Amino acid sequence: MFATIAYDLSHMAGAMVLLAGFVVLYQRRVLGVLRAFAAQSIAVAGAAAWQAYSQEAPHLYVTAAIALLLKGIAAPIALNRIVRRLDIHRTVETAVGIGATMLAGVGLVVLATLLVLPVTVSSAALTRETLAIALSVVLIGFLMMITRRNAITQVVGFMSLENGLVLAAVGVKGMPLVVEMSVAFSLLIAFILFGMFFFRIRERFDTLDLQSIESFRGERR
Amino acid sequence: MIRTAIAGTLLQLLHLLVALAAAPLLLGVTRFAKSRLQSRRGPSPIQPYRDLLRLMRKETVLAHDASWIFRATPYLVFSLMVIAAGMVPMFALDLPLASAGDLIAIVALLATARFFQSLAGLDIGTAFGGIGASRDALIGSLAEPAVLMVAFALALVAGTTALPAIARFVLSGGVGVDVSLALALIALLIVAIAENGRIPVDNPATHLELTMVHEAMVLEYSGRNLALIEAAQMLKLLIFVSLVAALFAPWGLAAGDVLDLLELGGGLLIFLLHLLVGAAVIAIFEVSIAKMRVFRVVEFLGAALILAVLAVVFRFVAEAS
Repeated sequence: MFATIAYDLSHMAGAMVLLAGFVVLYQRRVLGVLRAFAAQSIAVAGAAAWQAYSQEAPHLYVTAAIALLLKGIAAPIALNRIVRRLDIHRTVETAVGIGATMLAGVGLVVLATLLVLPVTVSSAALTRETLAIALSVVLIGFLMMITRRNAITQVVGFMSLENGLVLAAVGVKGMPLVVEMSVAFSLLIAFILFGMFFFRIRERFDTLDLQSIESFRGERR
Repeated sequence: MIRTAIAGTLLQLLHLLVALAAAPLLLGVTRFAKSRLQSRRGPSPIQPYRDLLRLMRKETVLAHDASWIFRATPYLVFSLMVIAAGMVPMFALDLPLASAGDLIAIVALLATARFFQSLAGLDIGTAFGGIGASRDALIGSLAEPAVLMVAFALALVAGTTALPAIARFVLSGGVGVDVSLALALIALLIVAIAENGRIPVDNPATHLELTMVHEAMVLEYSGRNLALIEAAQMLKLLIFVSLVAALFAPWGLAAGDVLDLLELGGGLLIFLLHLLVGAAVIAIFEVSIAKMRVFRVVEFLGAALILAVLAVVFRFVAEAS
């Protein structure tokens, strides 16, 4: 009985992560994208915590905590502040329409499923499903990076791709390196965040000095 | 043999009577709860009955250009809705009519009703009728694939598309926490909102606005024709609420011997509870969200389709493993 519940719940958590990936794709506003991404990271944290409990692997709690604090709370807040501070494009700029992106996303999920299922015939059911879902999340992250023009949404795509990697890592039994991996990835993300921050500021001030114009006009934000 | 046939017929008649009696009440309670949530007094929950009675007594005005389609449509739509309502389990699972058609048949009945309604909207030749018909066709053409996908997902889970059998499968407890069912539920809820013209898709409380869909289509109806169309609309809401309830929360419905009165009474109580919960959920959802632009509806329903496809894909994964 416990085995089926453990199976169902981890299946459910994986599905939540994937669903949140689709919610990220669906959003039209940059702030909505950030909120949906935070939801996805929290779902990943939940999946990791559940795996830690059901596999009795305490180090996965660390992964869950990192996912929750860094990607569920810190990164969305930081990106939120950047968006508000720079007052950059509130609407997501898409290279392809949102409906077409969603359809492509479904296609990627089918592709991931078809790809993973024959390759992992010998492994346990839970591992196969988690791998299929995780690969879908990774592919959707790629899709997000490809189809969005704005740098912030691209970083969100990259981080949701990383969510997929964490999901794959926690679903497989006995992967002690996962903590180090996730810390390394998080550092990389932080690096990208700050890089983009500076890049944006520099671009703003070089190309179009809004602040001086505003102070000249006597406006204050 | 004859006894069971008579009992089945009686049950079916009781079912239809209850459905017809409860449909205006559901709408009335929904409106009442919604106005209370908006700090309005709101009309009393039995106001829809009064509306229908008043419309029945009023004179029917027909346009000069109205063809037989326009005149026949209210009766057609209403009887299609009654048939569909006869198939959906509300307080008892084993309806004689339920064996006549499954989930796909119900979708087809609703689609036929929608088809005639759109034709009637076009028939008069007014601008509003045309706008309404075209938008309704847009919504319908997106909602139907989604609801069919939901039907397929349920069929993959339960092994059948017959409603009582799916409900029994859920009752048997062999489902557990199933991802496919959860996704199918969300998709079905989105479709139900769109099909009934509730708030993010269409505003049921508005007249003479450029954004309306269903009201634009039936603008030319009056008197008993309008009463029939409104009654059909109320039945449709009831059908969707009890469809969701019967598929995803069938606990407590009368499932055993047809004439067990105690069980029937319990089923009726549960049915009332379902209606109250449904009305409350609709009201809360509607006051917390703004209406979408018409062309956003495409994405909204696309999301339903995608969720239903995902439900099928997840089921496929689980089957294969």
